[in-house]
Amino acid sequence: MLIELLIGAIKAIIVLLMVLNLSAILLWFERKGSALIQDRIGANRAAITGVGRRLGLPNLGFVNTLMADPLKLFTKEDFVPAGADKFLHALAPFLAMFPVLITFAVVPFGDTLIIGDRHINLQAANLNVAALYILATIGLGVYGVALGGWASNNRWALLGGIRATAQMISYELAMGLAIVSVVMTYGTLDLQEMCRAQGGVWFGWLPRWGIFVQPVAFLLLLTAGMAETKRVPFDLPEGESELIAGYFTEYSGGKQAVFMLVDFAEIVLVSALITTFFFGGWQFPWLYPDGFHLPGGAFFALPNVAVAIIGIISFTVKVVAFCWLQILARWTLPRFRYDQLMRLGWKGLLPVALANVVVTACVIVLGGV
Amino acid sequence: MPLLPFLFLAALSIIFAAGVILQRHPVHSLLSLVLTLVVIGILFIGLDATTVGFLQMIVYAGAIKVLFLFVIWLLNLQSQPIEGGHLALKFVGALGSAALIAELLVFVLHLPPPVGHSKPLALDYGSIGKLAQGLFTDYLVAFEVTSILLLVGVVGAVALARRTTAGSAPGGAP
Repeated sequence: MLIELLIGAIKAIIVLLMVLNLSAILLWFERKGSALIQDRIGANRAAITGVGRRLGLPNLGFVNTLMADPLKLFTKEDFVPAGADKFLHALAPFLAMFPVLITFAVVPFGDTLIIGDRHINLQAANLNVAALYILATIGLGVYGVALGGWASNNRWALLGGIRATAQMISYELAMGLAIVSVVMTYGTLDLQEMCRAQGGVWFGWLPRWGIFVQPVAFLLLLTAGMAETKRVPFDLPEGESELIAGYFTEYSGGKQAVFMLVDFAEIVLVSALITTFFFGGWQFPWLYPDGFHLPGGAFFALPNVAVAIIGIISFTVKVVAFCWLQILARWTLPRFRYDQLMRLGWKGLLPVALANVVVTACVIVLGGV
Repeated sequence: MPLLPFLFLAALSIIFAAGVILQRHPVHSLLSLVLTLVVIGILFIGLDATTVGFLQMIVYAGAIKVLFLFVIWLLNLQSQPIEGGHLALKFVGALGSAALIAELLVFVLHLPPPVGHSKPLALDYGSIGKLAQGLFTDYLVAFEVTSILLLVGVVGAVALARRTTAGSAPGGAP
């Protein structure tokens, strides 16, 4: 009993640290990535102690962004504007962070790991209605942003909050319907089961990943997910040329750092969901629980530990790749106009998502898949 | 569901529900309502109705209460003093709540004695498949009628809210 609790706690802490670390690294990644795209050098004051430069290592600004930025933000004055709702103003950043972090509990990051006679499911919480759980937590994520904007007692912040809320509930529909069509395809709401169902190959070489079955749902989830993260081209809620910084205009110091971290954690979340639903989660092409079965018929046996580790690395690499894709999109595309945003959500994505659900249902009933 | 967590969640939901009517600002009341619904969702999950619990959170705590928030913002509602109100209103309110409490008492007094956990639940009890089967077989008519009712409500709201441009008849094409 005690050891079960311990394993559960370790898994939860690993997932939490993975997400928070990746979010923080993305902050650096975004600076260097944007610099790369815009032909600049980007964050380059890395040599806090000068060690890296003396050893002749490339100067990446990594240490600067990872350590100096949080230090700077958390030592700044925590300003609360006059007339603000102090309680909600303080609560809002955490109300935004909490749902994003708990969503990762159901995302499987590896297959079963066998230590001794103990089978450890590499997933923080094995929930058999995980898809519903994801929709519920994403739905509750709206409140942090909405109340942060409202509690600041600032017109820009309120407008940003209203825009964010309207945008998030509009794109949640398309997102939910995309997830529904995936659930119908696999016939389960359990994310670990979905990953297992994506094992194996078609035609002897093509991995059975969801992207090949549900390409439309993939595009829908990617677009709606990017809208949920409220970043360019969907960054109307914080459009700096119109609303200063939108819903977190009146935030400074640590609370603003939390709002920024939420943005990056949401990128990681969308990437993790896309990976799980459409790219096999922890599946690695041609890797089975007993080892590699290559298309030519060759077979390399691997111990369970190696398979589990390859799974975790495979999942991480896929997630990082989709984080990179979203950052690339953020620095490549211009911002939408608000009516374009709403038209895309309600007249573009929603009908396509509904049609996709109907087509999926027809294929399942007629094809007997 | 074990007794202690149940009592804790039940007390929490009652405290939050009291907060809905005791808070002075509509937004605070709304937040209390959201928390009440979340706790009730957790109670559903604890009582093995997992699907219903999560649907409660998605639909009520998530989607519908956000619309309430919009209404509060758009009407620009401010803090309301708790005192005041018409005496007749208070009288009617007291009568209504007395009737509700009496009804609840009658209901509690006529409950059958608790049976305990004598009968184990089916493995798929409260699962989404079981729920869907019920909705699309035994309760199909009620389910479809409800959805048509909601659809009519949505279409009606859109038709009423639609601004008519000058020259065109009300309700006509824009």
